[in-house]
Amino acid sequence: MKIAIASGKGGTGKSTVAANLACVLSCTRDVVLVDCDVEEPNLHLFFPAAAVDVPVTTPVPAINLDRCTFCGECGKFCRFGALTVLKDRVLVFPELCHSCGGCALVCPQGAVREIPRTVGRVACSRPIPRLTLVSGVLNEGEVQAPAVIRAAKMLAEGHPLAIYDASPGIACPVIETLEGSDACVLVTESTPFGLHDLSLAAEVVEKIGIPAGVVINRSDGEDAPTMEFCRERDLPVLMTIPFSREIAAVQNRGGLICRDLPGWEERFAGLFERIPGVRP
Amino acid sequence: MIVCITARAAGTDAPVEERFGRAPCFVFVDTETGASESVQNPLIDAAGGVGPRAVQMLSEHGATVLITGQVGGNAAKALEAGGIRAYAYRGSGSVADALAGYAAGNLTPLSLS
Repeated sequence: MKIAIASGKGGTGKSTVAANLACVLSCTRDVVLVDCDVEEPNLHLFFPAAAVDVPVTTPVPAINLDRCTFCGECGKFCRFGALTVLKDRVLVFPELCHSCGGCALVCPQGAVREIPRTVGRVACSRPIPRLTLVSGVLNEGEVQAPAVIRAAKMLAEGHPLAIYDASPGIACPVIETLEGSDACVLVTESTPFGLHDLSLAAEVVEKIGIPAGVVINRSDGEDAPTMEFCRERDLPVLMTIPFSREIAAVQNRGGLICRDLPGWEERFAGLFERIPGVRP
Repeated sequence: MIVCITARAAGTDAPVEERFGRAPCFVFVDTETGASESVQNPLIDAAGGVGPRAVQMLSEHGATVLITGQVGGNAAKALEAGGIRAYAYRGSGSVADALAGYAAGNLTPLSLS
């Protein structure tokens, strides 16, 4: 069972929901929590522990100058500008490369081979007895988020229950996270911005074909437009977390509301059972 | 010597474009014969990496001097490797004006590092 937590909008509380859900579930079973927000992973803040790092590499072109005739085919093919062919040399911009391998395929001389380049790492830890945390970390200045997300998900492969915390937005990294998920929890907040981005995220989830439900976070009680949207789209509202000073205080010190506030352990356990497609 | 000037349209009467990789048009002028060739930039709507790709086009056309507004880091690296000197033209004149400014030695070299 793989459950993705997504939102569309940043700062809605995805990581809060993912961390609390994982914490509650780890009381009764083995859980792996995967931080797929590789540009700014933060789940380790909830679960401090020593981690083992595995580097993530991606193939980039290297030119064999004994064979290269500077015909320019590789540079014309690369739509990301990773290769520039000049009269007597080929410049490689590895940070622009998306590792499609096309340059090696189009080279008539067989002068392009691929060499690995480190773009990030995956940090693996066991903060509490039945919880494994896998955090993808993209190196600063790199663009290959999906490669690191793939590596993080691969490391969690084979576990009976995995929770993926997606990055905000609906771009490639989110698609990569949703890929292969059995269910999705969309976290939103009751603001016009929250609702707008929820509708975008819901559309993506629907296109990929994953059953989904909604968690309304920081609710001020005026959730009618969000509820209306969910009814229209056939998205069950799985849980509502109120806007409260108490919750904010726990969050601010990096605490887990399921652990620090009475009643919330049961509520997160109940959330799990209500996720579409989950058979607890 | 072939000079490339980034322009908003074809021809030496066209206004100079300050962007390099996304300039609508590259005007190549042979300073010996005065002949000019305008090439539409196919990269104008490309997603990214336009700088280095534009430099490859310049190299293919044999340009050794570039006149534009400014260039990005990757383009600068490629220009330097390709031995193409770049000069800044920040006025609102035409390609011919920029070329006259270059010939008179009035343009400042773009610092590429």
